[in-house]
Amino acid sequence: MVVPVGELEVPGEPPLPTGVPASQIQGRNPWYLAWLRLRRNKVALVCGAVFVLIVLFCLAAPLWAEHVAHTGPNENHITEKVVIDGQPTNVVAPDGTPIGPGLHGQYLLGADQNGRDVMVRLMYGGRTSIYIGLAAAAVTTVLSVIVALLAGYYRGWIDSVLSRIMDVIWAFPVLLLGIALGTALAIGGLKIGPLAIAGDSIWIPIMIIGFVYVPYMARPIRGEILALREKEFIEAAVAQGKGPLRIMFSELLPNIISTIIVFFTLNIANNMLLESALSFLGAGVRPPNASWGTMIADGYEMIYTAPHLTIVPGLMIIATVLSLNVFGDGLRDALDPRAKIRLEH
Amino acid sequence: MARFIVRRLLGMIAVLFAISVIVFLIFNVIPNSDPAARIAGKNADPALIARVSADLGLDQPLPVQYLTMMKQIFTGQLMSYAKDRNVVQQIWDGVPATFSLCIGAAVIWMALAVLFGYMSAIHAGKFTDRALTILSLVGISMPVFWLAAILLYFLTFKIQLFPTGSYVPLTENPVGWASHLILPWFTLAVLFVGFYSRMLRSNMLDAMNEDYVRTARAKGLSERQVRIRHVLRNSMIPIVTLFGLDFGQVVGGGAILTETVYNLNGVGLYAGEAIRSLDLPPLIGVTLFGAFFIVLFNTIVDFAYAVLDPRIRLGEAAPA
Repeated sequence: MVVPVGELEVPGEPPLPTGVPASQIQGRNPWYLAWLRLRRNKVALVCGAVFVLIVLFCLAAPLWAEHVAHTGPNENHITEKVVIDGQPTNVVAPDGTPIGPGLHGQYLLGADQNGRDVMVRLMYGGRTSIYIGLAAAAVTTVLSVIVALLAGYYRGWIDSVLSRIMDVIWAFPVLLLGIALGTALAIGGLKIGPLAIAGDSIWIPIMIIGFVYVPYMARPIRGEILALREKEFIEAAVAQGKGPLRIMFSELLPNIISTIIVFFTLNIANNMLLESALSFLGAGVRPPNASWGTMIADGYEMIYTAPHLTIVPGLMIIATVLSLNVFGDGLRDALDPRAKIRLEH
Repeated sequence: MARFIVRRLLGMIAVLFAISVIVFLIFNVIPNSDPAARIAGKNADPALIARVSADLGLDQPLPVQYLTMMKQIFTGQLMSYAKDRNVVQQIWDGVPATFSLCIGAAVIWMALAVLFGYMSAIHAGKFTDRALTILSLVGISMPVFWLAAILLYFLTFKIQLFPTGSYVPLTENPVGWASHLILPWFTLAVLFVGFYSRMLRSNMLDAMNEDYVRTARAKGLSERQVRIRHVLRNSMIPIVTLFGLDFGQVVGGGAILTETVYNLNGVGLYAGEAIRSLDLPPLIGVTLFGAFFIVLFNTIVDFAYAVLDPRIRLGEAAPA
């Protein structure tokens, strides 16, 4: 990270100490400065904390399932009764209406049409949704950075070829591409060399979501690399005899790391929305596995009799995506106060 | 300019060609997706599968199959595997609903985005700005289909403010057309209102510090004139660019979720059905239809830039 001296005076940043001999002023590295800026953005910090809490909530799923709900996420209790307020109650009433939410340890958020505990499914589903969001963001980031580094470093025909490929993916209707891949891969799974993914694995939606967003991230990063490529320090590195790989990974990459961090955070939010949409259309996470998207899809079938099945997972998605979006914006302001990194949706 | 137009049009055709090949390959190269085996049924004997294959022309080499399919698309004779219906006709039937939905939503999203963005920017830091910022953040963080389901539940079922049911053609009943589309319009618009109003706000705040704004003030224009004629107008350029791209995406398949939940029989709903039955011909048709609009609007945006900025016409530098 190269920050020329004159650029340190940025609005919103703590002022340099005055009245202190220059020798006693401690050097502050860019990460520390970014942290100071982020620390002043209370809303972003709160949202970051909310995201961490949601992750912890989902990680606690096995504890809740074992000690409070006494059931797993995919266990049906359609014909069973449960004692509520001393009264034995059908988990799913004879007319098909499941128990609604209420203050009882089992079925805190009610049951779904198969008598599965919504609270348990919500926690396990959150793990799937967040896991897909994170893993797909990692896939997108790695692929985009590689594409951007190659295109931006070599320029010329490599750049042309990669850019044309990006254009083609870009021109695909994102949802249609996702659904088409999801449905096709669900039948036979995916085999790339030694890598084999089963059709019902959550790695199928992860790979798809990770893949379709590559142009959206690779384009702006490529632009940044192209600009950096012209800078003197790259010329110096070439003159020192450094090879292409070293220049790409030890000269160029560190200079775009703040962009990558911001993109990664905002990308998780986008991925979670796309996962829910794919699952809702039946091309994402496979049943009986829970994700927030599949829970909405299941719940939507019963929206007129049991609306909580639709409402609750949707609220969880909003809370998670919103907190990531706000935190990501805060990170961007902190890491790059003047630049305009924007991830188009 | 003529060379630029020719180059862009050739590029457009190349991208559409690549997309059709990719969709075709997705469904032919991926294992266990042999359409003949699926159509013949679960426990079909090999002879039946072979006959179905021959009927559909699936025993031909892949390039021949591809060419046949493309020829059928352009002559309007492509038939779906599953239901034996004409794909081009089905897409054509879905166009009125899809365009009614997308154009109406686009009008709403642009109007609200400009209004909200403008209000936010001129009241930056105050209550109005904060409230609008929170609203737009929630808007971009909401799954579209969830919003659709919730609106459907509360507004058409609980308080019965809007009629239930599917698309009503404009020519049959204009009032019914609009009342059935109000909810879908708003649902589809929410996401974009959020994105655009936030973008307009930050563009306007940047523009307010520009020299030409100071000049406009110095020559005695009222604050209102400065804001609308100078700040807002200049801040709209990136928004209009983005609008071109997003409108293409929405027409080209982005409306599939809204159409599915509200049961509007447009192109998106048709695509959804085709996907569930893994029917290749409709999928190729719909994807090409969608990609055509995305590429078309990309190209229109490029033309608009080329008209405004001669550097793009002459050189290769495209705006980021």
